[in-house]
Amino acid sequence: MFNEKELKKIRAGKKNWSDGPLAKTLSKAPEKKAFGTWSWIPVDTLYTPADVAGIDYERDLGYPGEFPYTRGVQTNMYRGRFWTMRQYAGFGSAKETNERYRYLLKQGQTGLSVAFHLPTQAGYDSDHPLSMGEVGKVGAAIDHIGDMRILFDQIPLGKVTTSMTINAAATVLLGMYLSIAEEQGVPFDQIGGTIQNDVLKEIICRGQYIYPPKPTMRLTVDLIEYCQKYVPRWNSISVSGYHIRESGATAAQEMAFTIADGIAYVEACVARGMPVDSFAPRLSFFFNAFTDVLEEVAKFRAARRFWAKTMKNRFDAKVPQSMMLRYHVQTGGVTLTAQQPLNNIVRVGLQTYAAALGGCQSLHTDSYDEAWCTPTQQAVTVALRTQQIVAEESGACVTVDPLGGSYYVEYLTDKIEAEIEDYIKKIDAMGGTLSAIEQGYIQKEIQNSSYKFQKEIDSKERTYVGVNRYVMEEPPVTDLLKVDMKVGEEKAKELKQWRAARDQAAWKKGLDNLREVSKTDQNVMPAVIEAVKANATVGEICDVWRQVFGEYRPKEFIS
Amino acid sequence: MAEKKIKIIVAKPGLDGHDRGAKLLSRIFAEAGMEVVYTGLRQTPEMIVEAALQEDADVVGLSSLSGVHNYFFPKVVELLKEKKLANVLVVGGGIIPLEDIPGLKQAGIAEIFGPGTTTDVIVDFIKSNVRAK
Repeated sequence: MFNEKELKKIRAGKKNWSDGPLAKTLSKAPEKKAFGTWSWIPVDTLYTPADVAGIDYERDLGYPGEFPYTRGVQTNMYRGRFWTMRQYAGFGSAKETNERYRYLLKQGQTGLSVAFHLPTQAGYDSDHPLSMGEVGKVGAAIDHIGDMRILFDQIPLGKVTTSMTINAAATVLLGMYLSIAEEQGVPFDQIGGTIQNDVLKEIICRGQYIYPPKPTMRLTVDLIEYCQKYVPRWNSISVSGYHIRESGATAAQEMAFTIADGIAYVEACVARGMPVDSFAPRLSFFFNAFTDVLEEVAKFRAARRFWAKTMKNRFDAKVPQSMMLRYHVQTGGVTLTAQQPLNNIVRVGLQTYAAALGGCQSLHTDSYDEAWCTPTQQAVTVALRTQQIVAEESGACVTVDPLGGSYYVEYLTDKIEAEIEDYIKKIDAMGGTLSAIEQGYIQKEIQNSSYKFQKEIDSKERTYVGVNRYVMEEPPVTDLLKVDMKVGEEKAKELKQWRAARDQAAWKKGLDNLREVSKTDQNVMPAVIEAVKANATVGEICDVWRQVFGEYRPKEFIS
Repeated sequence: MAEKKIKIIVAKPGLDGHDRGAKLLSRIFAEAGMEVVYTGLRQTPEMIVEAALQEDADVVGLSSLSGVHNYFFPKVVELLKEKKLANVLVVGGGIIPLEDIPGLKQAGIAEIFGPGTTTDVIVDFIKSNVRAK
C-alpha cells in the first residue's frame, strides 16, 4: 500500500521517535512488562504503515461483497439493512416461549432464535429419567409436533426467519418446523432460517452429542442435502465457534477450529457427491464476541479472508456465495460476571460494537443477569436495546468496515489469519478434523488456554472488574427468572395423553419406515418428516437411531 | 508417614454440557496434590455415588450450569448417606442463584462456589474441611 521510499522514511521516523521521545517517557515512567490482546497476541506501543507493508490492497482487502471479503460480505453492509437482531430465547413450556417470542417481535426484534431445553437437544422426551430436573430449564420443552405448533402459534413462518439451536437431533426438529410451515400454508421454498446442525463442536466442547461421529455426520449431511434440494433459503448448518470460545479458546483458536470443522463438513458433502457450489452458499457460521473490540474485529476479518481462500483454492468453489463467510454472533456469555451484574451491560455494549464493526449478519446480545439465571424480560429488553443503540446511534453502521486500514487492526488481522493457517496445517497433518478430535488435540488446546486464563485471574495478573479488582460488597441479586418444577410434571402428564391419543398404526409405520431407511444410505429426511407427522416424539425418533447407530461415549481429555 | 492423598470425584450431573469449569478444576485439584476422577457428562446421582463408592472418594464436587442443582445436589447427598458415605464432603458450583444456597446447605452440601470464585478458595476449602465429618 506504500512505496519503498515512503516506508523507509516511516521506519526511520519511528526509530527516531522510539529512541527519542518514547525512550525518555519510559525512563521516567516505566510501563508494565508486556502488553497483549485479550488472547495474548503481543502488542507494540505503536503501529505504522511499516507493520502492514506486506498488504496488497486489491489482493488482501479488496471491496465489500468481493473476494476475499475481508471488508465484508455485502456490498454496502448496514447502509442497506442492519444485521438481523435475533435473541436466543426459550424456557418453560412451548406456550410461555411463544409469548416471549411475540413480545420480542413486538419490541422490534427481526428474527427468532429457538432455545430448546436440554432433553430435546440430547434426544430424550421430557419424561425420560435423564430429563429429571431439566424440563424447561434452559430452553423450551419440545417433545413433539404438537409442542412446535404451540411454539409458533400466530407467528407467520413465511415472514419471520427462525434459527434453531439443535444439533444431533437437528433432522427431527427441522422436520417438525417444515411440517408446521406446511400447516400454515407456507411452501418450503419461502421458508428462511438457520439450523445449527453442527455435531463436531458438540463432541469438542458443547456436550449435546447423541451418536458416534460417523453416523451423526451422516445425519448432518442428509439435512444439508435435503435443504439444498427442497428448502433453498434455509441455512442448513451453522458451524459454531461460539462454544469453542466459551470453553476457553483464544480468538484465533475459535476461528481456526471452527474453520477446521467447516472444512470437515464441506469434505463430507463433497464425498456424498454434492458439487461444492450446490451447497456451500447455504453454509453459515456462528461466532463469539468478546470485549477486546479491536482483536474481535480483526478476528472476523481474518476468518472471512481465510475461509474465502479455502473455498476457492482448496475446494475449487466458483460461485461467490460459496466463498462468503456469513455468520451470526452472540456476545460472550463467559465474559459476564455474577458480581456487580449491571457492569455486564457495558461489556455487552462493547461486544455488540465489535460485532457491528466486524460485519456480522445477525446478532444475539446477552443479558446482564445471565451469570445468575435464564434472563428476565427486563434484562432481555436491555440487551435488545443495546443492539438498537449501536445500530442507530453509534455511527458504526454508516460506512463499511470502518476499521479497515487501521495499522493495528490490519496487523492483528494478518497475525490471526497466520495462526488460523498454522492450525489448519497441523490438523491436516493429523489426518483431518475428526482425527484431531479423536486424538483430543483440539480439546487440549482449548483447555490449555482456559487454564492459562484462570491462572491469570487467580494471580491478578489479569484484571477482571468486580471479580479480582474493584470488588465491593453488594446486596444479593433478586428478581431472577424461575422455571417452575411443575413444567416437568405437566409435560409428563401431557406426553402420556399424547402417546395414547395418536393413531397407533400410523405412528408405528412411521418409526418402522424410519428404521429401515436409516439402515440404508438413503436420505432420512423424508422418513423423519413422515414420523413427526405421525406424532412420533423426539425421544422415540432418536431412540430408533440409538438402536441403529449406537451411542457416543467420549474419551475425556484432561490436559 | 505421608498423609493419604485427598481423592475427589468431579462430576457433571444431568444433561448439561458446560464442562469448562469441571475440567479446569480437575487440573487445579491434581496440581494441588489431590487424586482426581472426572466422571464426564450426563451423570445420574446414582452413577456419581457409585463412583464415590468404587473410588473410595473423600470429596464429591458437583458442577451444574443448567439450573438442575436443586434437584441433583441434595439427591447425591441423600444417596451417599444411604450408602453409608455420609463422611464424604460434597461441594458444588456453577450458575446457582444466591437464594438457592441456604436450601442446598441445609440439604448437606458443604459449600457452593459461584462464578468468579478463585480456584485457591476452592482448594483451601476442600483441604480444611475434608475428613472433618
